[in-house]
Amino acid sequence: MNPRPDHTQLVAPEDGIAKGDVLLDVRNVSLSFGGVKAITDISLNVLKGEIRAIIGPNGAGKTSMLNVINGFYTPQQGTIVFRGKERRSMKPHEAVGQGIARTFQNVALFKGMSTLDNIMAGRSVMMKRNIGWQMLWHGPALREEIEHREKVEEIIDFLEIQHIRRTPVGKLPYGLQKRVELGRALAMEPSLLLLDEPMAGMNLEEKEDMSRFIIDVNQQRGTTIALIEHDMGVVMDLSDRVVVLDYGKKIADGPPDEVKNSQDVIDAYLGVPH
Amino acid sequence: MAQSRASTDTFAKYLLLNAERFRDRPAMRFKDYGIWQSWTWAEQLDEVRALALGLQSIGLKRGDKVAVIGSNRPRLYWSFAAVQSLGAVPVPVYADSVAEEMAYVLDHAEVKFAVVEDQEQVDKVLSVADRVPALTELIYDEPRGLKDYDHTHLHAYQSVREAGLKRFSEDADAGPAWLAEIEKGRGDDLSVILYTSGTTGRPKGVMLSQDNFVRSAINGNAFDKLDENETIIAYLPLAWVGDHLFSYAQSYTAGFCVACPESAETINEDRREIAPTYFFAPPRVFETLLTSIMVRMEDAGRLKKWMFDHFLAHASKVGERLLNGDAVGAWDRLKYAIGEFAVYGPLKNRMGLSRMRVGYTAGEAIGPELFSFYRSLGLNLKQLYGQTEATVYITAQADGKIRPDTVGLPSPEVEIKIADTGEVMYRSPGVFVGYYKNAEATRETKTEDGWVHTGDAGFFDKDGQLKIIDRAKDVGKLSSGALFAPKYIENTLKFFPDIKEAVAFGHGREFCAAFINIDLAAVGSWAERNNIAYASYQELANHPRVYETIAAHVDEANRRLSREPLMAASQIKRFLVLHKELDADDGELTRTQKVRRNFIAERYGELIEALYDGSSEKSVETQVTYEDGRKGVIRATVRIVDAKVHDVPAEIMREAAE
Repeated sequence: MNPRPDHTQLVAPEDGIAKGDVLLDVRNVSLSFGGVKAITDISLNVLKGEIRAIIGPNGAGKTSMLNVINGFYTPQQGTIVFRGKERRSMKPHEAVGQGIARTFQNVALFKGMSTLDNIMAGRSVMMKRNIGWQMLWHGPALREEIEHREKVEEIIDFLEIQHIRRTPVGKLPYGLQKRVELGRALAMEPSLLLLDEPMAGMNLEEKEDMSRFIIDVNQQRGTTIALIEHDMGVVMDLSDRVVVLDYGKKIADGPPDEVKNSQDVIDAYLGVPH
Repeated sequence: MAQSRASTDTFAKYLLLNAERFRDRPAMRFKDYGIWQSWTWAEQLDEVRALALGLQSIGLKRGDKVAVIGSNRPRLYWSFAAVQSLGAVPVPVYADSVAEEMAYVLDHAEVKFAVVEDQEQVDKVLSVADRVPALTELIYDEPRGLKDYDHTHLHAYQSVREAGLKRFSEDADAGPAWLAEIEKGRGDDLSVILYTSGTTGRPKGVMLSQDNFVRSAINGNAFDKLDENETIIAYLPLAWVGDHLFSYAQSYTAGFCVACPESAETINEDRREIAPTYFFAPPRVFETLLTSIMVRMEDAGRLKKWMFDHFLAHASKVGERLLNGDAVGAWDRLKYAIGEFAVYGPLKNRMGLSRMRVGYTAGEAIGPELFSFYRSLGLNLKQLYGQTEATVYITAQADGKIRPDTVGLPSPEVEIKIADTGEVMYRSPGVFVGYYKNAEATRETKTEDGWVHTGDAGFFDKDGQLKIIDRAKDVGKLSSGALFAPKYIENTLKFFPDIKEAVAFGHGREFCAAFINIDLAAVGSWAERNNIAYASYQELANHPRVYETIAAHVDEANRRLSREPLMAASQIKRFLVLHKELDADDGELTRTQKVRRNFIAERYGELIEALYDGSSEKSVETQVTYEDGRKGVIRATVRIVDAKVHDVPAEIMREAAE
């Protein structure tokens, strides 16, 4: 009767963790490069279903923290518990397998490929047929491709990027590239989505758009989000809880209002001599 | 085919008829998730019925008003039919109107329900809900972002539809009762209320009946031979009368398929995929389309560029003559055929117009070059003159009788007369019922015996085609009683690239005179080529040789005016070249670069007097505002020159006398 496919909204996969429980627990992590201490004994957690922000001045260790979470760096000390499983080190591709997806501070897309192909690439981790099947591109492999394409079209619809479906991403303005990158991360159907400065270099309008998409991803799909951001205004409006780092140390952790009024945070941002 | 010509009196009845006669033919397409989804007429009937029953169960009754707000998508078009099937009246509202305007329209129309597209519109309606006391239920199509809203009076389209489906399957009486409601519908029932944006004052709600739309649509279908095989793409605002006629009324009466684009940004791509056979666009769409092609051609290789230029030049030579069915030599025909294969065909495909059989442009005057460009490619593009109050059609150009400077012959069943004031008036089956809750405005616009004032002044040319010359309120009379249409005269002058702006005077005067502004770019480059030295705009404007050039242009303009019987009396007898450029900063132009006639008349009163008192020069001081806000004074002696007036050519005199 209704030919319009009734797609069930893409939601974060069931991982046995109830909304509000701890999804990711970082315990006493320290990381140093030679003599430079990037992170010193930091503990923080991310609850399922929330938007968690990690903020701090330049060089505070935010990106290092994100890199530790998704396995790019292995901390010298401390443990990370994700979905109840403890680990010390992990390869980035293992992180993907476990349901952690991320975007990068400086867009890391395949510039020569179309928006559609870039997001399709995000689905590749979920393709079950091997490369031989995919080269044949018949029967099960084709059916699988169609299934994935449907999911990708849903994401395109969700992010309102239909008009650039076939455009090579290298030709797109920066704000749209960021959106495509978010699309690629969403294609992995992550339990935890890490966003590294999703609004860096954007104008006000692009920031507002991006904020709306982040909130929609969180509310409509129930995806847990941890993000790093410079723009304090955006962070305070967007996130449920905020952790503030300064010189590799945690100086505040809590709801935005509480953090905003913390003397340590004010000092860190206004620059009190250490 | 006889069946496809069957007619009835309401759109709900057409829906039932179409579900039978065009059962499995497509009625609606919508690109969603990257794929064109289709609904046949039978499925469209199911959808409309489900929505109607759903709306009924949340309280919609005969006579209620229902706002419809959003972009072109099937569900909003279905809500028109569903609402009408219950005897209620849809009120489409411009989706981009700000909350303030929306509040006025919703309240004035006393809407009880609103069917809207998404969260953006829900928020807008909710923000003004306290000023719209009649509004009770709000239905939205796109659920995104609305999960946590209070749903006591807010309904997802999906759930209303499902409730309707459930009622239909569980309650054996629901279906027949709905059919009985449709049977109650009459041709003189209100079909929609459309609010005209109006440049002055509050928008007015134009009430149009089922008959208005049914008969206009049938006449339009017959005029352009539209049947169930057409495809159109719906992309213009739902609240605009044209879209309601083309994408709803004509689709229901002819049975053709309406395609809704994926989003506003993808329209060009979607049009290419659909390749509409019947297409409507305001001039700026054609302009943008042409510009984007020209820009791309700049990057083309040398051979391609040469082919493009060469064949387009050929098209402009013979294309329009071929389209009009005039005699064209065999060699030119062959060359045009090669051009069609090599250039015109691919070009039309790129623009998504390769299947276009009938295309219209209206809304504002289209540039003759632009119009001719599309026609020379073999596209049957025509002009239309219409109004909301007329259910669109007043005049339209018939195939083969097309000229860029007219808006065509009266449409079928439309009578037109020109009032003594020069105003165009019409009477037709499309004439509106009245303005909603505004009897006074209705009386001002519509006479007792059904004639409607268009507010535009115009005249019929010798082929009986209507020419629109100006807004009626700007048209005056010379002291001899002859018509004086300043904009027409100014446009005739501005046709010359050397003339940037012109202001014509003559109302209540003996003859017509004009201020002329030279175009600094055009005249400046001419001066350079002719070794004429000048230090300022003022000096260039006052240069004797510039005066000579302008005098030649005025002479040519007079020659053109003399060929129009109605305009011959307002040939320009005296003119002057203004010593400064008319400027919006000085209040002489509007921000959209339109001449503010009254302001100029006041500011340059002395110069106008000099035009009429016979003096040959006049010294003036004019205050100017510089871009940084400083004020200064320009002093100048402006020369006033007589122009030659042409006799009306004898054969035109004869025709006018007949």
